Amino acid sequence: MEKMQCQCGHENPPGTILCESCGRSLTEKEQNSKLVDMRYEGTARRSQTYNKSIIDKIWNFFSSVKVGVSIIVVLLVASAIGTILPQHMYVPATGEAAIRDYYADVYGVVGQIYHFLGFHDLYSSFWFIILVGMLAISLIIASLDRFVPLHRSLKNQRVLRHYSFMNKQRIFAEGEGAEDSFQKAESKLKELKYKVSTDKNGLLAEKGRFSRWGPYVNHIGLIIFLFGVMLRMMPGFYVDETLWIREGETRSIPDAPGYYLESESFALETYTGEEEEARFGDAIERVGSVVKNYQTDVVLYQSQEGSLPGSADEKEVLTEYPIRVNQPLKFDGYALYQMDYKLNELKSMTFVLTNKASQEASEEFTIDLINPADFYELEDGSTVELLGYYPDFDGFENGEPRTATPLPNNPGFLVEMVTPETPEGETSFIIIQETIEPFGENQYELKFQSAETRHVSGLTVRKDRTLPILGLGGLIFMIGVAQGMYFNHRRFWIQQKADGTFILAGHTNKNWYGLKKDLDEVSSFASLPAYTDQQEEIEKQEKKEGDEVK
Amino acid sequence: MNNKSGKKKKRVIVRSVILAILISAIGYTLYNNATADDVNLLRVGDQAPDFSLMDLDGNSHRLSDYQGEGVFLNFWGTWCKPCVEEMPAMDRQYEEYYEQGVQILAVNIAQSEFEVKSFAKQYGLDFPIVIDKNKSIMAAYNIRPLPTTVLVNPEGKIERIVTGEMSEEDIAGYMEEIKPE
Repeated sequence: MEKMQCQCGHENPPGTILCESCGRSLTEKEQNSKLVDMRYEGTARRSQTYNKSIIDKIWNFFSSVKVGVSIIVVLLVASAIGTILPQHMYVPATGEAAIRDYYADVYGVVGQIYHFLGFHDLYSSFWFIILVGMLAISLIIASLDRFVPLHRSLKNQRVLRHYSFMNKQRIFAEGEGAEDSFQKAESKLKELKYKVSTDKNGLLAEKGRFSRWGPYVNHIGLIIFLFGVMLRMMPGFYVDETLWIREGETRSIPDAPGYYLESESFALETYTGEEEEARFGDAIERVGSVVKNYQTDVVLYQSQEGSLPGSADEKEVLTEYPIRVNQPLKFDGYALYQMDYKLNELKSMTFVLTNKASQEASEEFTIDLINPADFYELEDGSTVELLGYYPDFDGFENGEPRTATPLPNNPGFLVEMVTPETPEGETSFIIIQETIEPFGENQYELKFQSAETRHVSGLTVRKDRTLPILGLGGLIFMIGVAQGMYFNHRRFWIQQKADGTFILAGHTNKNWYGLKKDLDEVSSFASLPAYTDQQEEIEKQEKKEGDEVK
Repeated sequence: MNNKSGKKKKRVIVRSVILAILISAIGYTLYNNATADDVNLLRVGDQAPDFSLMDLDGNSHRLSDYQGEGVFLNFWGTWCKPCVEEMPAMDRQYEEYYEQGVQILAVNIAQSEFEVKSFAKQYGLDFPIVIDKNKSIMAAYNIRPLPTTVLVNPEGKIERIVTGEMSEEDIAGYMEEIKPE
């Protein structure tokens, strides 16, 4: 495509609508319109001008605002669909196959399709990530394509504009002025904080040009924000793990090498409704009970430098801390939040050895369900030997007792009891509420007396090194919004013609009321000709014509 | 004319470079996203994280002590059926390959000593079994499903990561892979 030569002699890039220098209309369409199209200063959107190679075609695709808006709409619709069924982390299934089956079982064909298309894990779906990436590309390319020519045009703008440019501005005036109008207008405009430049018989007053960069600053903020989100997927930047820890346990903290956490206790307090809390009485009566506090008292350890995982080396106590809701334990960029709990998991069980016939019982003895001993000696010389322990007994397989999980939800014990009366020993298998005697009727049995329990805390381990980047992106985004919203780019062009009459034009990117207020002040001070708002005139005209047709 | 075609060339280059950077950023993000769910800290070819654990007889086993030997690192628990089922086969292959410089370390996930001991006795297991009491080895190796077997070659590098049950043939094949020359 050829460069476009304007009558004034300036060479414009192909596709330009208004001459960068004098403002003459360069296209026929523009020449016939009553008002000029001032978007992007009538510059050529660069993408529209070249369309040759495949690279140009891709570039032009992303440069289109229509494409950008379409991507946003698709993302919005997809996000909305993603809320219809629960996301995968909220369904009661773990493992990929189990999750897939869950969606199929509970939601039928719809669930199957939902899972197949990746809506169950929307933010990690490859197509969702690609769409967000395309939005980022669109933001960058569309901004570049508009910012560069706009910047160039505003930099190159001339003080003296062609008459056809001036009289097609929305604010336009033509007529007699006073002898000193030109000087007075200049000084008044300067007083109003306009940047005034003059050239021969003309004047250009400009204010708030930086507001034109608002949208681009805003886009830079968005890009930085998206970059931060992208970093979250890289190892080391973002941790969001769950740690289930039981009272008395010490656990290595997931994704925090070298750190260990011990849970001393978990407490769930409810409001009593008495004394100071009497004001909660009604609420408590209505809903039963109201939780006041969830708290895990923990000790944080760090292994010594050079100490290997699993070794019995002393660990250094870093801190003791009560983790409460919204009061996480923070260390080295990590935060541990109180998220969940499970009450009363079995911890130990107490039995007595009883003679079935006489009902005579031994003293109590306790089996620790977490770390059971294998031998229990009683006062009268009887012994109980633990042969097998199945913390979560769920039946026999090939005659062998099986445990379903490592947690003591349904403990089963295989024991051998030796008493002075039964020196050969008797074997029995004990589960809650039931005793099985595999080798015939026994004389003795273990009788359950009591159990101790402990609580389980569900903690979330979180680390987010992308927060400062997200914050910066958000800040720049808001600066861009403020820049474009609360400031306007106002310009006036004034020319004194050879016969002493004046022409005057004004333009702003928004807030025409403010522009007119400025102009009123300047006009009355410098006795410039009265202006008209040509757009309002056109609208009035159209309305009138419309009325006549009726 | 020369100037014009030069400019055009420059434009295509600038655009290609910008597009290439942006598209590769998306590609990299997708790659990270796809691998994040699996073993995100450990990959084949990485140095196997060192650790030191006590076995049931009170002997300390430090991974780096087995430099020069292959180590068959099996993570298991008594509640995990496939783990239990592959144990006898592992024991048989251990007899076979121990002489050839392949060590088995079976890492139990935080169960009680009693359970692990009676299990080992019941199945007559000869290879050393260590207990990862605070799940720190599990965390260091980022073990998710059980059983998971990490094969460490004589250089101390990860040769292969196997999740799920292995047949006796598989086990023999893997031991062959990490056997010292």
